[in-house]
Amino acid sequence: MLAREVLEELVQVLGRENVLTEHEDLLTYAYDATAAMKHHKPDVVVAPLSTEQVADVVKIALRYHVPIYTRGSGTNLSGGTIPIEGGMVLSMLHLNKILEVDQDNLTATVQPGVIIQALNDEAAKHGLLYPPDPGTVTTATMGGSVSECSGGLRGLKYGVTKHYIMGLQMVLANGEVTRWGGKTVKNVTGYDLVALFTGAEGTLGIITEIIVKLIPAPEARKSMLAVFDDVDKAGRAIAAIIRNKVIPATLEILDNVTIQTVENFVHAGLPMDAEAVLLCEVDGYKEVVQREAVLVERIMKEEGAVQLKIAKDDKERDLLWLARRSALPALAQKRPTTVLEDATVPRSKIPDMLKAIRSIATKHNLQIATFGHAGDGNLHPTIITDERDAEEMKRVHLAVDEIFETALALGGTLSGEHGIGIAKMKYLNREFGEAGVAALKRIKEALDPNYLLNPGKIVRRD
Amino acid sequence: MSVYDSLDSITEELHKCMKCGNCMAVCPIYKETRQEVGVARGKISLAEYILSGETEMTKGMGNRFSLCTTCMACNTNCPCGVRFDKIILAARAEAVRKKGLQSAKKIAFTALKMQRVFDFGMKAGSIFQGVALKNIPNRHSKLARMRVDVGIGKEKVFPMLAKKTLRSEFPEVIKVKNPKLRVGFFTGCMINYFYTDIGRAVIAVLRENDIEVVIPKFQACCGIPASVNGDVASARTLAKRNLRAFERIGADALVVACSSGGTAWKHVFGELLENDHELKALADKWAKKSYDISEFLIHQVPFKKEGLGRVARKVTYHEPCHLNRGQGISKEPREILKSIPGVELIEMKEPGRCCGMAGSFSLVHPDLSGQISDRKTADIQTTKTDTVATGCPACRLQLQSGVENAGFDEEVLHTVQILAESYRVGKEELKRSK
Repeated sequence: MLAREVLEELVQVLGRENVLTEHEDLLTYAYDATAAMKHHKPDVVVAPLSTEQVADVVKIALRYHVPIYTRGSGTNLSGGTIPIEGGMVLSMLHLNKILEVDQDNLTATVQPGVIIQALNDEAAKHGLLYPPDPGTVTTATMGGSVSECSGGLRGLKYGVTKHYIMGLQMVLANGEVTRWGGKTVKNVTGYDLVALFTGAEGTLGIITEIIVKLIPAPEARKSMLAVFDDVDKAGRAIAAIIRNKVIPATLEILDNVTIQTVENFVHAGLPMDAEAVLLCEVDGYKEVVQREAVLVERIMKEEGAVQLKIAKDDKERDLLWLARRSALPALAQKRPTTVLEDATVPRSKIPDMLKAIRSIATKHNLQIATFGHAGDGNLHPTIITDERDAEEMKRVHLAVDEIFETALALGGTLSGEHGIGIAKMKYLNREFGEAGVAALKRIKEALDPNYLLNPGKIVRRD
Repeated sequence: MSVYDSLDSITEELHKCMKCGNCMAVCPIYKETRQEVGVARGKISLAEYILSGETEMTKGMGNRFSLCTTCMACNTNCPCGVRFDKIILAARAEAVRKKGLQSAKKIAFTALKMQRVFDFGMKAGSIFQGVALKNIPNRHSKLARMRVDVGIGKEKVFPMLAKKTLRSEFPEVIKVKNPKLRVGFFTGCMINYFYTDIGRAVIAVLRENDIEVVIPKFQACCGIPASVNGDVASARTLAKRNLRAFERIGADALVVACSSGGTAWKHVFGELLENDHELKALADKWAKKSYDISEFLIHQVPFKKEGLGRVARKVTYHEPCHLNRGQGISKEPREILKSIPGVELIEMKEPGRCCGMAGSFSLVHPDLSGQISDRKTADIQTTKTDTVATGCPACRLQLQSGVENAGFDEEVLHTVQILAESYRVGKEELKRSK
């Protein structure tokens, strides 16, 4: 429970309607989209309307030692917004204005509560595009997306969120308002704190304004789907496409378990015994798209695709993508709990990773379906289970441990796009070693010595 | 075990939710409040806490569960196939069992059960309503605004009560020469007491298609306002009474022109009476032959195209949630509109977005209902049409209120009214040419 004077000061700054204290409301901020996580109820939820109010709130929190858990839509998959130490949830959802789309500098300036899709809709009016497109594009906020450095389907060609963040306004843990970066392409003034705050999961500062880079929207696109009877052949096809200097906008893979589940769910016309399906989309100028599509088609055939479908129009494109779009829903409806991981390996190691995941599944007698962004090595091994089954959950955790071990052994990383949060904190040592984790901690303590911001995430206080 | 009997009935439904938050993309309430408790994920969590015993049903919980228009947009957008409409009904029924109905709502529902009192109240109301309601000059229909704020604001525009109820305007059996079908017409309250023009259009169109219409005098309120607010006992009484009234008079099919009524006959009566073998069988029998008027005209009749006269209207169509997502009827009304000579159909931005009326929701949360309505009104205005068609009298009321408050000229009609207009004009054309 917070002291009465804390609440009174918060109400004074924000107005009563933007300070939630009733049990029934607080309970709904005790979780996020991460599966099988312990819930923690905050003591208060506040929703500021301006950067100044955010700064005032931080100063109050600092004075009374109240932890601050900054939250957008709460769609992350790492426990990143769960208020594990109680205290305050800082909802950024009322800061939801697109402040500017600057066609001359190809930038947009937005508040952190803007939904990614809303920015895209606005950019599209000017023939522009904000490329990062996580699966939560219609629900996640820009603030959350920058804080988690989310990826998505277009990573291979267009990169991820961090490649599009040019400037940030931040409220620091001491309540000071600062600006880093801006609209210039080049900027080497001081340390690159824009890069540091992007993906910091709200542990180093609070984002109150974001300047993003926009690009001209590609003129045309073409999708194709290739079916393989062997994972290695699919792997070789991926490598061959890149080796031939084609960089598709998206290159997705579905493994056999996913294919079977999807097929039972939507009847997309995929062969049940297929070992892998590759979905590829090239985009750009019409002429380039035409040339690249022909090339990809040839490569798929040469590498032994047993079936190849090419979309002639948008309608056929949607049909091809149906299988990929349905992957998560199909899996999620099979069992109540869906543990979605994002271990990532260099793309040349995709076949090894797929095979390793399959043997882990057999070893622990679990259903693991794998799909994901083959082009950038970011796979989503998805364990479908039931969190009410304690014994099975034990095996799930063992399998997750082994998936991470394998990814690291193959030269990969713990997390491609979901972040560390609480969920993967215990594995950090294995990727960085103790010295690495200690360095992260020194950065945290330099900017937030009192562990005020999202405490208990990424690094733990001693 | 139905959702109306126990919270346990939704255990599996709750477990399906993986908290991804996709419901946030489509929830009309969340779009306005941006608070987690407004969206399905928030209320699902609350229901889980109650079921697990971690917290108990409080009056405050009941208030949170009232934050839902039951528009079912979250159902359609849910990757896990969660039927949130079931969850919310079960949670509300549980709230009533544990905490009782909020007093204002309770009075309204008890009145609904006592139809004679209701009839009298409404009739007296039509004479005395001038005391409470102030007429608004409007070209298209008789509208009124509250003179005093009784807790729902003075913004809301109401249709004036009809001078005569629809059911007293017509005999129980409306005969035609050589009938090809005998159809029972379930009028519902709004059409019987307020929008008798919709009812007359339904009857005219059916007669035009050589269908005998029967309107049992003792039919009652559909009970949806009661069942969605957790007043299961009232809803059951009404369901039984309706089934008996139609069973007594008998018909080949039953039509409704109201999305709540359709939902009641097709789904809710059977669920409410699940534990009573005899009545359940009766409910199932009638569910199989219940149709929304547009569905009936397209698939069962199918309606006559000859004799349709020219109706010069630019029309946009608003989808009632319980017709579109609730009954899967979306193409049919458009098909009717497109078959009318002179009608130009211009789609609005999000025709399937809830208008925010949601029956008693608009009385309990007038501000929120108004905010949701404003978005719909703006979408309508952008179409630059002169008419909004819809398939539900409750939506019609909300749309009329929105259009009136925004101050632009747009007529709001039920689809079947435009069809009736076309038949009428057709006859006049024929007369003139003779």
